[in-house]
Amino acid sequence: MLAGGLVRSTALVTVLGMSLLIWGSSLAAGCLGALTGLGGGVVIVPLLTLVFHIDIRYAVGASLLSVIATSSGAAAAYVAEGWSNLRVGMLLEIATSIGAITGAGLAAHLNTSVIAVVFALVLFGSVVTSFRRHESSSDVQSDRLSRWLRLDSTYPGPSGPVRYAVTRVPAGLALMWVAGAVSGLLGIGSGALKVVAMDRVMRLPFRVSTTTSNFMIGVTAATSVGIYFSRGYLDPGLAFPVVLGVLPGALLGARVLPRAGGLFLRALFAVVVTVLAIEMAYGGLKGRI
Amino acid sequence: MPAPTDQKLERLVGGILRIGVSTAAAVTLVGAILYLGRHGAEIPRDLAFPGEASRLRGFAAIAQGVSSLSGRGIIQLGLALLVATPVARVALSIVAFAAQGDRKFVAITVVVLAVLVYGLFGSPL
Repeated sequence: MLAGGLVRSTALVTVLGMSLLIWGSSLAAGCLGALTGLGGGVVIVPLLTLVFHIDIRYAVGASLLSVIATSSGAAAAYVAEGWSNLRVGMLLEIATSIGAITGAGLAAHLNTSVIAVVFALVLFGSVVTSFRRHESSSDVQSDRLSRWLRLDSTYPGPSGPVRYAVTRVPAGLALMWVAGAVSGLLGIGSGALKVVAMDRVMRLPFRVSTTTSNFMIGVTAATSVGIYFSRGYLDPGLAFPVVLGVLPGALLGARVLPRAGGLFLRALFAVVVTVLAIEMAYGGLKGRI
Repeated sequence: MPAPTDQKLERLVGGILRIGVSTAAAVTLVGAILYLGRHGAEIPRDLAFPGEASRLRGFAAIAQGVSSLSGRGIIQLGLALLVATPVARVALSIVAFAAQGDRKFVAITVVVLAVLVYGLFGSPL
């Protein structure tokens, strides 16, 4: 079953060798995920499924743990800088965590081939959204709900704090439920979808959206992890190389990010993710995953 | 304009996240070294633990594994600490919002914590 394919074809790989291979792949996935802002899960789940022939639900369980690690690590830095909106984040976490339970609950009842095809569709979507430009939002009027909850805040501008308003909270909550379900089903942070909800729908400044999304991802993933754990889809032997690989990979990626060429990276990422998406779709439709 | 309490909350949250993740990663690494030192040369038959479905057995196994210094048990402890980090963050936010006298956000955060705890402990079969 788990890791069966690789082990059967290369019966000489030891536990150490296997762990190092998964660790190296996770390191690369974490680095690429941080550089493109989409997170390591988008790369590591297809790699574990396609290359290591690991049951997708075990891959998702391990990936969710790495998502908690990278989200919490990065959020610590952004929160200290004053970019994240903790109130907006907490409010939206109601929707993402309920969505996470929905998605993780679905994972046990869906055929793994169906999960693979859904994964492929989300990968295609990520490629498309990563190339879209975001316009800066000005003259946003806060809606009644955001005034009642005092969601408007400030971010650190070059000359002191800059005020911003928050609008369309109910629509944002609805989209966040979907983001949580996608995260729970596929083991990714679904940061791209969260950013769309905050940046496009609720009209938060882009950097506030990305940092708040990062901050929320850990809670969403932790909610799903419990369900994978209680169903027996968390394997410590698989999870440790993934977590210990993705975390330093993401830190490395975040450090390289300011110096890396944006367009080249996005193009590289688009190629990698498109190939993974095609493979996932093909494997799923053929019933091999 | 963030009130001083907001900034304090942000520093507190940032601190919890940093300490939680570094401790979890360090414990997992120690467990990994022990585990690979003992079992690294074996041929993996099956990475999965099919019998690990029950959370009670899971927690008992973690406690037993840690007390017997088993690599797998220590890895599980590290992973449990990792999952506990966002839980601690949400729980402490309740205290912080209460200290600010913000009842609406105390209620919102209690709901988030309830869903989180339900996912971790109360999930259906």
